[in-house]
Amino acid sequence: MEFSELIKTATVENVLLSCAGLPAVRGTLCITSHHLLLSSCPGGDVELWLLIRNVDAVEKRVQNLGWYQPPRTNSSARDTRLTGSSGTITLRCKDLKVLQLEIPGMEECLNIASSIEALSSVDSVMMMYPFFYRPPSLKLEEGWHQFPLEQYFQQISSQTSQWRLSTVNQDFSTCPTYPPAVIVPAAVGDEALRKAARFRQGGRFPVLSYFHPKNRTVMLRSSQPLTGPNRRRCREDETLLGTILDEGERGFIIDTRSAQAAKQARMTGGGTEPKSSYPQWRRLHRPLERGRPLQESFAKLVEACSDPSLSMDRWLGRLESSRWLSHVKAALSTACLAAQCMDREEATVLVHGAEGTDTTLLVTALAQVILDPSCRTLVGFQGLLEREWIQAGHPFHLRCAHSAYSHARLKQEAPLFLLFLDCVWQLSRQFPFSLEFGERLLLSLFDNAYASAYGTFLCNNEKERSLCKVKESTHSLWAWLNRPEEQQKLLNPLYSHNALVIWPSVEPQSIQLWQGLFLRWIRPSQHLDEAWAEIQRLVEENNTPAKESTGNRLSQSLSDHTAGMENRR
Amino acid sequence: MEHIRTTKVEQVKLLDRFSTSNKSVTGTLYLTATHLLFIDSSQKETWILHHHIAAVEKLPLTTSGCPLVIQCKNFRIVHFVVPRERDCHDIYNSLLQLSKTAKYEELYAFSYNPKQNESEQVKGWQLIDLAEEYKRMGVPNAYWQLSDANRDYKICETYPRELYVPRTASKPIIVGSSKFRSKGRFPVLSYYHKNKEAAICRCSQPLSGFSARCLEDEHMLQAISKANPSNRYMYVMDTRPKLNAMANRAAGKGYENEDNYSNIRFQFVGIENIHVMRSSLQKLLEVSGTRGLSVNDFLSGLENSGWLRHIKAVVDAAVFLVKAIAMESASVLVHCSDGWDRTSQVCSLGALLLDSYYRTIKGFMVLIEKDWISFGHKFSDRCCQLDGDPKEISPVFTQFLECVWNLTEQFPQAFEYNEVFLLQIHEHVHSCQFGNFLGNCEKEREELKVKEKTYSLWPFLLAEQKKYRNPLYNPDFLPELSLLEPNTVSFNFKFWRNMYHQFDRSMHPRQSVLNLIMNLSEQNKQLEEDIKELEAKIKQRNGQLDVVLVKEHQQSAHPAPVALKTPPCFKKEQPPIPGNETVRTIEGSNTADNRYSELVSEFSKAEPAVVSLEYGVARMTC
Repeated sequence: MEFSELIKTATVENVLLSCAGLPAVRGTLCITSHHLLLSSCPGGDVELWLLIRNVDAVEKRVQNLGWYQPPRTNSSARDTRLTGSSGTITLRCKDLKVLQLEIPGMEECLNIASSIEALSSVDSVMMMYPFFYRPPSLKLEEGWHQFPLEQYFQQISSQTSQWRLSTVNQDFSTCPTYPPAVIVPAAVGDEALRKAARFRQGGRFPVLSYFHPKNRTVMLRSSQPLTGPNRRRCREDETLLGTILDEGERGFIIDTRSAQAAKQARMTGGGTEPKSSYPQWRRLHRPLERGRPLQESFAKLVEACSDPSLSMDRWLGRLESSRWLSHVKAALSTACLAAQCMDREEATVLVHGAEGTDTTLLVTALAQVILDPSCRTLVGFQGLLEREWIQAGHPFHLRCAHSAYSHARLKQEAPLFLLFLDCVWQLSRQFPFSLEFGERLLLSLFDNAYASAYGTFLCNNEKERSLCKVKESTHSLWAWLNRPEEQQKLLNPLYSHNALVIWPSVEPQSIQLWQGLFLRWIRPSQHLDEAWAEIQRLVEENNTPAKESTGNRLSQSLSDHTAGMENRR
Repeated sequence: MEHIRTTKVEQVKLLDRFSTSNKSVTGTLYLTATHLLFIDSSQKETWILHHHIAAVEKLPLTTSGCPLVIQCKNFRIVHFVVPRERDCHDIYNSLLQLSKTAKYEELYAFSYNPKQNESEQVKGWQLIDLAEEYKRMGVPNAYWQLSDANRDYKICETYPRELYVPRTASKPIIVGSSKFRSKGRFPVLSYYHKNKEAAICRCSQPLSGFSARCLEDEHMLQAISKANPSNRYMYVMDTRPKLNAMANRAAGKGYENEDNYSNIRFQFVGIENIHVMRSSLQKLLEVSGTRGLSVNDFLSGLENSGWLRHIKAVVDAAVFLVKAIAMESASVLVHCSDGWDRTSQVCSLGALLLDSYYRTIKGFMVLIEKDWISFGHKFSDRCCQLDGDPKEISPVFTQFLECVWNLTEQFPQAFEYNEVFLLQIHEHVHSCQFGNFLGNCEKEREELKVKEKTYSLWPFLLAEQKKYRNPLYNPDFLPELSLLEPNTVSFNFKFWRNMYHQFDRSMHPRQSVLNLIMNLSEQNKQLEEDIKELEAKIKQRNGQLDVVLVKEHQQSAHPAPVALKTPPCFKKEQPPIPGNETVRTIEGSNTADNRYSELVSEFSKAEPAVVSLEYGVARMTC
C-alpha cells in the first residue's frame, strides 16, 4: 500500500481553521502521509501540525450555494471566483481537541475528508508514524532498555530468595501476552509453569507483580483459572499459589468481577479458584467496569463536557449518568483494598479479572503508586508503566484504537489506561507534594497512548512488538521525555519525597472531575496556568540556589562599590 | 448559668462522622456559659460555641450509651455518646436552652471581652468608614449627593442614615418614591463606577399592583438615569423569577411597567426566594451528610438540591449587571421583593467584579459593611441569632461567600484573600461574638449600642491577616477598574468541600498547597527584606568608606587598599529560614478513615492520625 493512493487532494488553499478558544486562521492546508498541516497565508508559518492518527472522527458538511458570492472588501481575487460551493470538516481528535476546517470547493472538501478518514484508519502497525519518525536529537535504541525486568528482579532478590526470574516464556510460547522473562516462586519449575499456564486464560499464570519491601508481602497477578462447568483443577496451579504461603498464612484473591459474573464465567470455560482447592486463599469480589460500558462512559462524559450550554441540572445529570467518576472511585477503592491487604494485613494478594490484561493491571499498578514512593518519581512511574502496563500485555493497540468521539463500530476499545491516569491524578490532588511529576506527564501519556510519534505504546504485547521490530525501528517515548529540557516541564515543583503510604479518600466529595483532561480544550485555562507559573516561581525563588543568589547580589553590590572606588583612585 | 445542670461528663465518646468502623475518641465533655468543650485523651480540644448550635438531637439509647448529635451552623456535626442517659439528658436540655437566645443582650458579643481598652474598641469600630468608601468611589460629585432624608430613620427604618441619591432627586421625590416602595426602601446608590459614570442602585419592589403608578418614583428613576451623562437608558433588574414577581402584583406589589418609566430596560434574572434557598441547603446537607454515599447518589443529590443552580443564578445575575455597566455604561437599578437578600447578593457581587478594591482584604470588609450590614440584610433573622421564626432563616449570605469562592477558584491571582478568610467570616456571621452582624439593620444596632458594648470583627481579622492572604495574589492582575469576567458555564461551579466538610478531616487533601505556598512566599518576602536591609547597610558602610577614602587620599598619595575580605554586614545574624521540611507536613493517611475496607471486617487496626487540617477557629473563639 502506498500512502499516495489514499491522498486524493494533497493541498488546498484558503482554508479557514477554527478551534475553540483560539482565533481562526486562514491558510494553505496540506496533507502528507502522516500529518495534516496548515500554514497561514502571509509568511507561511505553520499554524497546525496534526498527526492524522490523532483524528478520531471526521464529520463533513458541504454547501452547494449555487450563486455568486459577492466579493468581500480586502479580499484577494481568488475569493471572488465563482466558488458555488464550500464545505466544513470537523475533526474530532483522540486527545479530545476539536478542529474545524472550512474548505472552499465541495470536491476538495470531500477529497480531504476521505483522505483523512483513510489515513487515520490505517490499521497496520508498520505503516504508522513511529516507523517513519526520525528526530535528529534522539538515537533509536535510546530508552528501550531502560527498565528491564531483570533490574526489578535484582531489587527483589536482594531482599528475598523466594523468587526467581524465569525465561519459560522466552519464545512467547507459554503465554503470548507475557514478556520473555517473568518473576515466579523459586520453588516452582518451568515445567510446572507451563502446565499452570494451560489452566489460565491466555496462558497468564500467576506471576509476581510487586514486592512490598516494608513487610515483604507480594502482589501477584494472573488471568482467571479455566475451571469451567466441570470444576476442573490443576495441581501445578494449586502448588504454585500454595508455595507462596507459609503454613497457616492467608492470602487474598481480589477478583475484579462480581461474584455472579465470576460464577457465570464457568459456563464459558473460565471461573474462579474454589475454596476447596485453594484453602489458604480468601476471595474478595470487587466488580470493576471494563470493555464497552467503560468506553461508553468515557464517550458520554466527553459529550457532556463539550456542551457548554447545559444548565446546571442537566450538567450534573449527565456527569452522573456517564458514571465515569463512579468508575474512578471503584478503581481507587479496589487498589486501596489490595494495598491494605499487603500493608496492613501483611497478606499476599493475587489480583485477576477475566483476561488479566485490563482491570487487573489497573489495580496492581495503582496499588503500587499508593504503596511505594519509588513509583511516584518521574522515572519510577515510567518504570511502573513499562512493567505493569506495556510489558504486562495491556492491549494498547486494541484498547486505544479509538477515543471518545469515534462513530466507528467499536471493537475492543476501552479507556482503562485513561482511567488509571485519572486515578493517579486524583492521588496527585489529594497528595500534592507526593508525586514527583505533574499533570503534564499524565496528559502527555494519554495523548501518546492514543496517537504518538513514538513506538512505546504500539502493539498489544511484547510478542507483537518483537515481530514488528518496534524496538529496533521506532523511538521510545521515554527517551524523549527524559531529555533534561522535557523533564523540567513534567516535574511537580512541590514534590518532596514521602516515604509513607498515601491512602486517598474515596468519598464522592473527594473525587473530582479531571478538568485538565476532559475540559483541556474547552475551559479557559489562562488564569490557572498563570497561577501555576507563579507557584513555580515562588518555589524556585525559595530553593537554595535562590538563597545563594541573594549572597551573590550582596557581594555584587559590594564589589561594584569597590570597583567604583578603584576607578576613582 | 441557670440552664446548666451538669458541667462535666467523663468517658464521653466522640464518633467519627464518616468512618464506618465507628471509630471514636474518648474524652471529657465540659459545658461552660458560652461553649461546649470536649477534650479527648490526647488533649485535643474541640470548642463549640452555643450560638453555633443549629440543632441538638438525642438518639435512642444504645448499648454503649446515649448518642447526642449536635449540628452547627458552620456545618460541623458532632456525634457524642454519653455513657449515662441522665447526663445526656441534662446536657441535651442545657444545650437546647443555651443555643436559643431570647434577647440580644444575652448574645456572646455582649459578654465577650478581648482585653481591649475603650479607645481601641472605638478605633476598631472606625476601621471601616463608609463615607470614606463613597468618597473613594467618587461621590458626592456633580450628579450624586448625600441625602439627609433618612437621617432619623424616618423614611426607611432598615436603611442607614446616610444615603446617596441623584442631585436632581428632591426630598418630595424621595418621600414619594419611598411610599411607593415596599418597606420604604426607595432607590439609592450602592456603587458608583467613576470611569463609566454609571451607578448600581438598589431598592425594593414597587407597590404597583396591576396598574398603580407613582409620579415621584418615575421621577426618581429618571433622576438616576439622568445622573449618568454617558447613557440615556438604564436597566431595571428584578432579581426574582418572573412568576414570583407577577404573583406579587396580586398583593399590591410587583414590578415596574416599562410603559410608565421612560428609558428603562426591564429584566428578570430569576434568583429563587429565601424559602427555596433554605430547603435547597437542607437537601444539600442531607446528601453530603450521608454515610457510605456512592458517587451517583452524591451527584444526583447535588443536582436535586438545586444548590449549585442557585449559586450559578446569582453569579449570572451579577455578570448581567456588570456587563450593562462596563459594556454599555448604563446605570442599573437592582431590586427583589424587599431589597435586602437577592439585591444584596447581586449588588455586592457586581461591585466585586467591577472594582478590584473589593478583592482586597480591607475592601471585602468594606463591601460587606456597605451592601450587607448597612443596607439592612437581616442577619439576625437569616442566621437565627435569636429564637425566632424558622421560616426567616436562609443561607443568603453563605451563598454570597460561595459565589466569591467560585470566583477565587477561577481567578487564583485576582484576590488578596484566601478561602480561610471567607470561612472565618462565615464562622463569625453565626458566632454572635462580634457586634457587626447583630440585629437586622443599623437602627437596631444603634438601639443595642453595639458600638459601645461589643467589638468589631474587622480589626481582629486584620490583625491576623497573614493567615488570610492569598500568596498568589497579584495586585496588577488586571488594570484598576477593569472587569473580572467569570465564565459561568456549569462545570465551573464546584461543590465547596471546605465549607460543608470543613470539620471532616478525612475528606480533604492530606497536604495543603495553600499552606505551603503561603509559607514559601512568606519566606521569600523575608529573604527579600533581608537583602534590602543588608544592601542598605552596605551602602551606608560604603558611604563611610568613601569618606574615609577621601580623607586618606588627602593624607597620603598611596592609600592602603581597602580590604573588604570579611564584610561585617555579612555577619548579621540571618533569621533562621525554616527549611521546607517544617512546612511540608508530609502525611500518609489512615486506612481506617476510608471506606474501601468495608467488607474486610477484620481490618480495623487504627493508626494515630497525623492529619491536621482544621482552620484556626477555636483560637479566636476561646
